[in-house]
Amino acid sequence: MTELMQAPAPTIRGPLRGIYAGNTRSVVMRGLQVMARTNWVVVLTGFFEPVFYLLSMGVGLGALIGTVEFYGADVPYAAYIAPALMAVSAMNGAVYDSTMNVFFKMNFAKLYQQMLSTSLGPLDVALGEILLALFRGLLYACGFMLVTTLMGLNLSWTAVLAIPAALVVAFGFASFGMAVTSYMKTFQHLDYVYFLMMPMFLLSATFFPIEVYPAGLQWVIQALPLWHGVDMIRQLTTGLIQPSILIHLLYFGVMIVLGLWFTTSRLRALFLR
Amino acid sequence: MPAPVIEATGLTKRYGEFTAVDGIDFAIEPGEAFGFLGPNGAGKSTTMRMIAATSTRTSGALRVLGFDPAEHGPEIRAQLGIVPQADQLDEELRVIDNLIVYGRYFGLPLPYVKRRAEELLEFAQLTEKRKARVDGLSGGMKRRLTIARGLINAPKAMLLDEPTTGLDPQARHVLWDRLFRLKEEGTTLVLTTHYMDEAEQLCDRLVVVDKGTIVAEGSPASLIRQYSTREVLEVRFGSARNAAAAEAIEGIGQRIEVLPDRVLVYDDDGEAAMSAVHERGLSPITSLVRRSSLEDVFLRLTGRSLID
Ligand SMILES: Nc1ncnc2c1ncn2[C@@H]1O[C@H](COP(=O)(O)OP(=O)(O)OP(=O)(O)O)[C@@H](O)[C@H]1O
Ligand SMILES: [Mg+2]
Repeated sequence: MTELMQAPAPTIRGPLRGIYAGNTRSVVMRGLQVMARTNWVVVLTGFFEPVFYLLSMGVGLGALIGTVEFYGADVPYAAYIAPALMAVSAMNGAVYDSTMNVFFKMNFAKLYQQMLSTSLGPLDVALGEILLALFRGLLYACGFMLVTTLMGLNLSWTAVLAIPAALVVAFGFASFGMAVTSYMKTFQHLDYVYFLMMPMFLLSATFFPIEVYPAGLQWVIQALPLWHGVDMIRQLTTGLIQPSILIHLLYFGVMIVLGLWFTTSRLRALFLR
Repeated sequence: MPAPVIEATGLTKRYGEFTAVDGIDFAIEPGEAFGFLGPNGAGKSTTMRMIAATSTRTSGALRVLGFDPAEHGPEIRAQLGIVPQADQLDEELRVIDNLIVYGRYFGLPLPYVKRRAEELLEFAQLTEKRKARVDGLSGGMKRRLTIARGLINAPKAMLLDEPTTGLDPQARHVLWDRLFRLKEEGTTLVLTTHYMDEAEQLCDRLVVVDKGTIVAEGSPASLIRQYSTREVLEVRFGSARNAAAAEAIEGIGQRIEVLPDRVLVYDDDGEAAMSAVHERGLSPITSLVRRSSLEDVFLRLTGRSLID
């Protein structure tokens, strides 16, 4: 018989004590173990959607449109929409996982109750699940990057930075998505999310510059996260980097922190009250 | 005297206006098997969740393994084995992986957890089901797996919320045997049940809870001695005639309880009570003499049956 070993006591001090055990890794590993056996056809549909947009709009429409102006430079249409679709990839992956999958685990599989019966705290669970969703977003974005590289749509060496940028975008959406999901009671509520994502996808300077809109609408779009993701990644793949990229990063930084905070307190309210 | 593993004073839990646990006091010693016995809705699970730091108390004091659960949830749960009332297994993982992954949640090293998982499978008699899917297990197997899983972190105390509800008699005995072995190894057991035989089998000491309050406390034997007679005579006259017959046997034994389907006569000598009933010219349809149980204690304390 094995010499028995007691679980190590969590050593977190300070304000996170009681909600964090520093063992997010175990949550991520569990997710990867399950993900490795999931139905990859479902996973891949989320990836192909932006690829098909790129092929139809970028190649097809691009032949008619030619170039679009972006920060004073003329950019071929396909190279203009490719970074936007990469941001959409990152978003899709992160949102799909942090809404649908999290909803299922929270309400049907009772997974978080199980995790919170161990020495894990709600922040370990929230962070772990968000990292998993982010991982899917990153996976999609990397795949998409491969496609655009093969098509020659990356105009500058700074395009390699689009990968970490996509990671930031995915992190933001995953964090926010999980926070929103934690408030949902039925599957119908998830439809609202998808219903809001559609116009955001079409309007966030994805397929044309937002200057075509009246000023008021521009403000609205610039308040939405996808626009920040699109503009950030577009600056990187075209090499037309502006100081505003810092604002985009800040935007996502705030989104990540807020999402994590809401998710953690929500998990605590739901499972540890 | 060693410090109690779990100590509560005035422990209270309110859900809105409703008080589920109403100021209870108890102290559980190391290595003890301590039971909460009570009917549906008594507040047993709520108390267990507060001990496990998965539910925050409304008021009162609570120390678990020397910590306050309101602030040290992870530290406390690191040393507890939690078996909730409803099995919550990870249906997306195989049987063995349920144990391994759960062990990892505690931050235990993978090679250790792998070795320990195999031993616990054996302990739970699930070695054949090693690679099986969880949703294909029988109720008893799931229960055993949940208990095995709760042991992966070598807990100082096990919290078992109705460990054997829904199991057939044989499966219950297997479980009791397993729990008994744990206790012999020095693990503190805290369990809830509404089976008096389970409480009598497993608990060194128990509290009887009803509507969120503790109505009695002691070892099973002392509770029976204190609140009941040594023996009980159960007589049935048919549901329409029980009440009338009860009046006729008034005065026999120390106490009489009339239930819808039978009359209970409490007396240290059941056979004597039976003769007395016959002497009064009454002929019950069935009659039986048995030893007093916790069921009788509960009936005495609350005026209600434990299982209704
Ligand atoms: N989350 C909750 N919100 C509101 N009320 C609750 C909640 N959990 C429990 N209660 C109420 O508290 C009371 C005690 O419930 P609890 O689950 O502790 O009972 P129990 O003794 O475990 O009963 P059982 O034998 O049926 O498991 C019940 O009336 C229940 O309705
Ligand atoms: Mg219960």
